[in-house]
This record gives sequence, C-alpha cells and structure tokens, in this order.
Amino acid sequence: MIAIIDYGMGNLHSVSKAVERLGYAYEVTADKERIMNAEGAILPGVGAFGDAMEELEATGLKETIIQYAASGKPLLGICLGMQLLFTQSEEHGQHAGLNLLPGQVVRFRGDFKVPHMGWNRLKFHQQSPLFRGLEEGHVYFVHSFHVQLEQDGDLLASTDYFGQVTAIVGRNNVYGMQFHPEKSGEIGMKLLDNYLSLCRKPLSVNP
Amino acid sequence: MLAKRIIPCLDVKDGRVVKGVNFVNLRDAGDPVELAAIYDKENADELVFLDISASSEGRATMIEVVRETAGEISIPFTVGGGISSVDHMKNLLRAGADKIGINTAAVLNPQLVSDGARKFGSQCIVVAVDAKYNEAWGEWEVYTHGGRKPAGIRALEWVRKMEQLGAGELLLTSMDADGTKDGFDISLTRAVADLVSIPVIASGGAGNSGHFYEVFTAGGADAGLAATIFHYKELTIQGVKEDLLKKGVEIR
Repeated sequence: MIAIIDYGMGNLHSVSKAVERLGYAYEVTADKERIMNAEGAILPGVGAFGDAMEELEATGLKETIIQYAASGKPLLGICLGMQLLFTQSEEHGQHAGLNLLPGQVVRFRGDFKVPHMGWNRLKFHQQSPLFRGLEEGHVYFVHSFHVQLEQDGDLLASTDYFGQVTAIVGRNNVYGMQFHPEKSGEIGMKLLDNYLSLCRKPLSVNP
Repeated sequence: MLAKRIIPCLDVKDGRVVKGVNFVNLRDAGDPVELAAIYDKENADELVFLDISASSEGRATMIEVVRETAGEISIPFTVGGGISSVDHMKNLLRAGADKIGINTAAVLNPQLVSDGARKFGSQCIVVAVDAKYNEAWGEWEVYTHGGRKPAGIRALEWVRKMEQLGAGELLLTSMDADGTKDGFDISLTRAVADLVSIPVIASGGAGNSGHFYEVFTAGGADAGLAATIFHYKELTIQGVKEDLLKKGVEIR
C-alpha cells in the first residue's frame, strides 16, 4: 500500500487517481501507523510552505514523516511536498522544513515571469532508477519558489528557466519532484511508475 | 525555456459536449471525460472545459465531470463558464480542476479575481477576455455574456487591470477572428502580450498549423487554443506540433 500523506493542503485527487491507474493500492491518510506500515509514501502539496509546516507540526505528521524516512522505505515529495523535504524556505518569512535533505527554498529572482508555469524540459544529471526506460522530455511545472541544493550529488534532474532549476532530487530512499508528475502526460506517469516500483521491493536485498 | 502550448477547448452543456466532435472510435461523442482522455493521448498540453449550462443542475453536473476527468487524464485542465463565487471555484478545484476561467463575472465583479488569486494562488486564475475591434475607438472592446454584450471597457486597459488584480493567465479570444479559420488576431494578441507579463493564450481563428506559428512568434502568445478544427480533425495536435518543431518552436 502507498500512503498519500494528507495534511489538509491541496488536492490529492489527481495524484491518488494516477497511483490507482498505475495499478497500486493507495490510501490517503494522516494516520501514523498506516504511514509507517506503508510500502511507499507520497508527500504532495500545494500552497504556502509555512502553512504546510504548521499543519505538519500541529498534526504530529512532521515526526511521522521523519521517522518514516529513517525506516529506509521510499518517500516522494511532489511540488511543495518536495520543497518541504529541505532545510528551510524563505516563502513569507523564514520557515524550517523537514530537513531530510540539505538545501534552501528561495524565490525566483529576475526580470521574467513568475510563477514558472508550463511545460519545461528535464535534463538528467545522473543515473537513477526513476529514469528507467525514459528519455529527457517535458514535464509540467507550477511554482514560484525553487530549491537551491547544498550538495550537487542530490540533483537527479534539472530544467532551464532563466538558469538551472532543481527538478528532481534523490538521496537514498528520499525523492522529490518539483513539477507535477500526475499532470505531466506520459513521462510524468512513467516517472511515477518507476518510483512506485521502488516501493515494492525492500531496498537492501542482497542478490 | 517553456514549451508553447496547444490547447483544445470543449464546450460542455449539462455534462455533455456540444458542437459535435467528430472522432472515430468514440464510444460516446458527447462524453467529455472520454474526449478529454483522447486529447491527452493525442498530446494536447492542456484542456479547457467551457461550461455553457444555463441551470444550476447543469453546473452541479460539471463538478462530476471535473472529478471524473481529473481521474482519467494526466495533463492540466481549466474549467470556465458561469463561475461567479470563490466557493464555486473551490468546489471545482477540489474536484480536480487545475485552473478556473472567469469571464463575465470578472467584469461584473473584478474583486472576484483578486479574491480567487489570494485564496488559491494566481496560477489557478485564468481571466478570459472576449475582445472585438471597436472602429469608433480605434481599439478593442471587451464583451461579456458569451460575446453578446459590449462591456464598454477598453481591452488593453482591462488586461492590465486583471494582471494587477492577480490573474495568472489570460485567455484572449478575438471575436473578429473567431470562426474565420483565417488565423489568430495577431495585432490584438501582440498588443496584449506586450502589455502584460503573464502568459497569454490566444484563441479564435486557427485554421492551420502556420497560424499557430504566427501567433507564437509575431503574436507573442504562450499558448494557442482551438475547438472545432481539432474536434473535426481538420488539424491534429500532433500535426501542428510537428510543423512547429520543424520551424524551431519549442514544443513538448
């Protein structure tokens, strides 16, 4: 079972249905035990960083997610959910994140359109199980803030929007996608499918 | 760089697609969910549903259509038509719509745009502007009620005001070009695109893939929208995209 973590932010319908179409059982849940027992988890999110962290703290989900990530089972943050994985965000004041990955969430700065909204092309930076059977292509972004990584090694894919923008991150069992895979056509569904297939097997199996 | 978007538009009345759609292998030519799924497969970048239901029952049905569509497709979609309250927006967004299109209601109550943007974010708010050239003014005038009523508002002033109020995108329909298949209204689109720094979706007049090229280059549009020519297979989305790609336009 895939736990889609529900903390009252944003619309979980599209991502849930995408998981269902890919043939995985899922549960939209805020229950600690259900999340800890899941084979994989997705942390979605639309809205403001500070509000989201407040919700996660008020509901105790912050601790649950940190514990879950420590268990070694796969975790995928989508859009705001990816940003929440990082150290800190400057969206409407400084807010601490889950700090599962080191980095800062900062606003786009420059003389160009914000939000970065629309289809933009992924550039892969390293091999990843998420990219199995995939070529670089366009995915759908909607965001005004972006992640500045502290460690280049966490960058799996970027896109170009008046400079390099972090698009997919990954370290061990923790992954994030800044764009919406559930709104990104075939490529998005394949990325999601590749992530979900990681949730099926234990991570440390000796062949 | 962002890819230019090709967007088919479906008119829906009481939960059924109107203005016939001429696809083969269609189980039900009036089913908006099935059509949306087909356009997703045909590589549309986004979809627009225009709800032309006149009754509240028809509008309630639209929520169901949205919920089902969101479960079937993997591209973003906008719902517009008759949306005049923040609650109504919330219901459609909760059901899975990505963006809300506001037209007449924005003219009657511009604050709806700012209220919606504040509550859901600018990226959710698409202001639809129907514009027609007014000879006496020597510029374009805004129309409401599906293009039936002149609003007495200058379109170029209007689009700036909408941007200031928090519109995330403009869906700009040229009533002069609409239905002609002679091409988008390049001068209108260019005038608007030069004035605002939010994306402009050009609509009205598409007849061939060259028209999309023109509106993306000379017109400065970020997206091109069409209905009949796609529904009747006079053009395919993939065909338009292949032509654009050959001419060096970034598409997905």
